[in-house]
Amino acid sequence: MANILPPGTAAPDFSLHITPDQKLSLSELRGQPVILAFYPADWSPVCGDQMALYNEILPDFQKYRAELIGISVDGVWCHAAFAKDRNLHFPLAADFEPKGEVSRAYGAYRPKDGVSERALFVIDKNGVIAWSYCSPIAVNPGADGILQALENLPK
Amino acid sequence: MSKLSIPVGKDDHLQGDPAAACVLVEYGDYQCPSCGQAYPIMKRLQKHFGKRLAFVFRNFPLTQLHPWAEPAAEAAEFAGAHGKFWQMHDLLYENQQQLGESLLLELSDTLDLSSSQLLTAVAEHTYQEKVKADFRGGVRSGVNGTPTFFINGIRHDASYDFATLTAAVESVLP
Repeated sequence: MANILPPGTAAPDFSLHITPDQKLSLSELRGQPVILAFYPADWSPVCGDQMALYNEILPDFQKYRAELIGISVDGVWCHAAFAKDRNLHFPLAADFEPKGEVSRAYGAYRPKDGVSERALFVIDKNGVIAWSYCSPIAVNPGADGILQALENLPK
Repeated sequence: MSKLSIPVGKDDHLQGDPAAACVLVEYGDYQCPSCGQAYPIMKRLQKHFGKRLAFVFRNFPLTQLHPWAEPAAEAAEFAGAHGKFWQMHDLLYENQQQLGESLLLELSDTLDLSSSQLLTAVAEHTYQEKVKADFRGGVRSGVNGTPTFFINGIRHDASYDFATLTAAVESVLP
């Protein structure tokens, strides 16, 4: 499994497309907690789907003023179709060109498969990684770790 | 390893002996096709293990994906308040393809429940808090989609086909 960036590391900044004509930079979100959820691919099997779960728990994340961003190497149009189909209410960033660059910066890329790991990062309001976790690729990590990390952030 | 953070207790819907050697907890969604596939497997497991297995169902509706999951869960809780949770639970899964308001009405008739009371309970979300409590507890226990199973409190990450679950249950039996 990949060596993902550990807690205490400054979260590498990035600027990625979240829609065909809109980019999102991590630095824009300074001042509030950010959850980065790297995942291998859009359109993974229904129901067990990690993004659908986070979508459901979004109000709990918002209690901590945390912003959730899903990141995979899928392109913006793929993300748009996926988000529409699953009724997702949070941005999906396209780590598409140069492919996987941001995933690599976080140590969350699988060069052999050409996709991101199932890696989670909770970044504090100062842009420092407070918690990170890399799940076996076939195991959806759930949300309990994220919620615990948000709870542990200094108020 | 993810563990069940809310122990099985009196607020749970449980079939079998609470003191059974194996307690299997399912977090499920009535509109989830995978849960629909798991339903007959649960029946087979219960038949296979008899008194050695207790089965608990907790709600985990993915409402953004399945618009009828929450009303169905609340309808089952309504039936539960009238002592008919499992009948409603079973009928919902047996008729999953037809899930919708007319099915809920039909099933309340089948179970001799008042369909107007059921509609009111669903419209006023009388049982929403119970469903949400299940959901929140599930998230804290590491439920990562539906169905998610816990065997004696430990999340079962492998497949949920009959053979795999049978082996997993056997492994915790004395």
